[in-house]
Amino acid sequence: MLVISITFHLNLIIFTEDHPINVDKLCSISEAVKKYVHDGSSVVLGAALENAIPFAVTHELIRQRLQNLNMIAPISDISTDMLIGAGCVKMVTGAWVGNVSGGMGHNYRRAAENGIPNSIKIHDYSNFSIGMALFAGAYGLPYIPVKSILGSDIIKSNPVIKIADNPFSDDHEPVALVPAIKPDIAFLVVQRADRFGNSHIWGSTGLTQEASIAAEKIIVLADQIVEPEVIASDPSRVLIPGFGVNAVCYVPAACHPSPLIGRWKRDNDFFHHYHKETRDEKGFQNWCDEWVKNIPDHEAYRNKLGNRLETLRIVGDAPSAPANYAAE
Amino acid sequence: MSNNYSTQELMIIAAAREINDYERIFVGMRLPITAYGVARLTHAPNAVGLFESGVCRYEPAKNMLYTMCDGPNQLGAAWTTGLIQIMGLLSGGRVHAGFIGGAEIDRFGNINTSYIGDVDDPEVKLPGSGGAPDIAAMAERLIIIMNHQKHRLVHKVDYITSPGFLDGGDARRRSGLAGGGPSAVITDRAILRPFGPDNELHLAAYHPNHTITEIMENTGWDLKSVPDLYETPSPTPTELEALHVIDKDGFWRN
Repeated sequence: MLVISITFHLNLIIFTEDHPINVDKLCSISEAVKKYVHDGSSVVLGAALENAIPFAVTHELIRQRLQNLNMIAPISDISTDMLIGAGCVKMVTGAWVGNVSGGMGHNYRRAAENGIPNSIKIHDYSNFSIGMALFAGAYGLPYIPVKSILGSDIIKSNPVIKIADNPFSDDHEPVALVPAIKPDIAFLVVQRADRFGNSHIWGSTGLTQEASIAAEKIIVLADQIVEPEVIASDPSRVLIPGFGVNAVCYVPAACHPSPLIGRWKRDNDFFHHYHKETRDEKGFQNWCDEWVKNIPDHEAYRNKLGNRLETLRIVGDAPSAPANYAAE
Repeated sequence: MSNNYSTQELMIIAAAREINDYERIFVGMRLPITAYGVARLTHAPNAVGLFESGVCRYEPAKNMLYTMCDGPNQLGAAWTTGLIQIMGLLSGGRVHAGFIGGAEIDRFGNINTSYIGDVDDPEVKLPGSGGAPDIAAMAERLIIIMNHQKHRLVHKVDYITSPGFLDGGDARRRSGLAGGGPSAVITDRAILRPFGPDNELHLAAYHPNHTITEIMENTGWDLKSVPDLYETPSPTPTELEALHVIDKDGFWRN
């Protein structure tokens, strides 16, 4: 067993038997959730905004009946709304919860307005301020000053944000102080990874890098598993090196119905259907039974989607030019 | 009414006219994506589009977008990166204008997309802020697009998600914001702009086939007009042609 006892100064990630470099980390989502997520965990389910959301994990958290989770994300489309409806969530730390195609998140409304299925605590942020809070969490800073939420009532309704004067200015110059956010666990969808957790991501990434580095544990959901040489051939495309990754799950279309660049298109009708079906609590329960609880795993979910999933598969070809890393 | 354009089309084109050539624009979702495309094809061929998810584009996307994160918005982009890199341009004062939508706006251009009623016991919990507060706080100009109804254009919002001129006058400066603020509110009836020392929103232009009385009746405060009030010019054939190129299927304009 590989044990190197040095602390990596960028974060609290420590090389221990929990973070081996050359050990196969492949496992199922069910195993990863069982091992790494607990009642009360703070969880990031994708942080790229509307793409690469690990809905396969959303489903598994519901199936394993996790409770009192703190969901941390700028925007995770309907993923957070599903978890709230299923009674898994105690707290939302984020900027936006709804349905990007349909508008409101009905479960979010029911929980915030009427405590159905349970009341939730909300810590409001803007996208940039939660990003900077995760940045602080990633790089060991206790807090970070942000200007872009001044004037917003976010600085009043979020109890952890403080206003102070810039100590370097002779004039009165207010700044908002946002404390670091350090999630317990981050799940991220990547286009390809090797079995050690080294991965390639391309396209826009939102806060994926900050949220992952800030998190105590990282689980990678790979659309494709490749040999380590493939990842090593282009290290500039790596957001998170494998040493910080705890588990790798091979799950094609783990992002459905959200898109994954070069792999899957957005299933926009799915979002509209969810919006329509979940208008009342009973409707959500029926939807959740059909699409989550009565389905054993993601493979069965893909089978249920059947040809619909095939129509979302990206079949075009627009590869980037190779980058030459030769040293001699 | 014998217009050869829809109200949505007029709103998109009015929004496009707010973009100047060579400007860096925070585009946002839905109508503004289309407005950016129209501006690029007409009077602003050197404008740069920024998307908070981590996308910078010159050319508008060639295929239909449901969200800024969809594949067509990334194919051929000038830069795909992270949120902090793109929103950092905003925080660094490098963005000329940004577009946002709103559920509720007040006479000083403050926008609420968070809570209707009391924060601790809301009547309606709206989805929240996204990146709108950052854009409203830090862009040199803010352009707001929304439907014009009395319950949406209110005297004072319950919660300021995205700051306009706050209490009016120099309140933005006192709260620590360097400048900026709303420059236009484009609705389905009119265009409002801040005017006078208080920066209260005034009627600046009324759309064809809409009357000043009707617009005032659908506004939740005593709406005054700017001295040089005008009728919003109808879309030109060039603008309509550009719009039809950008929104081939008419998804955003019907």
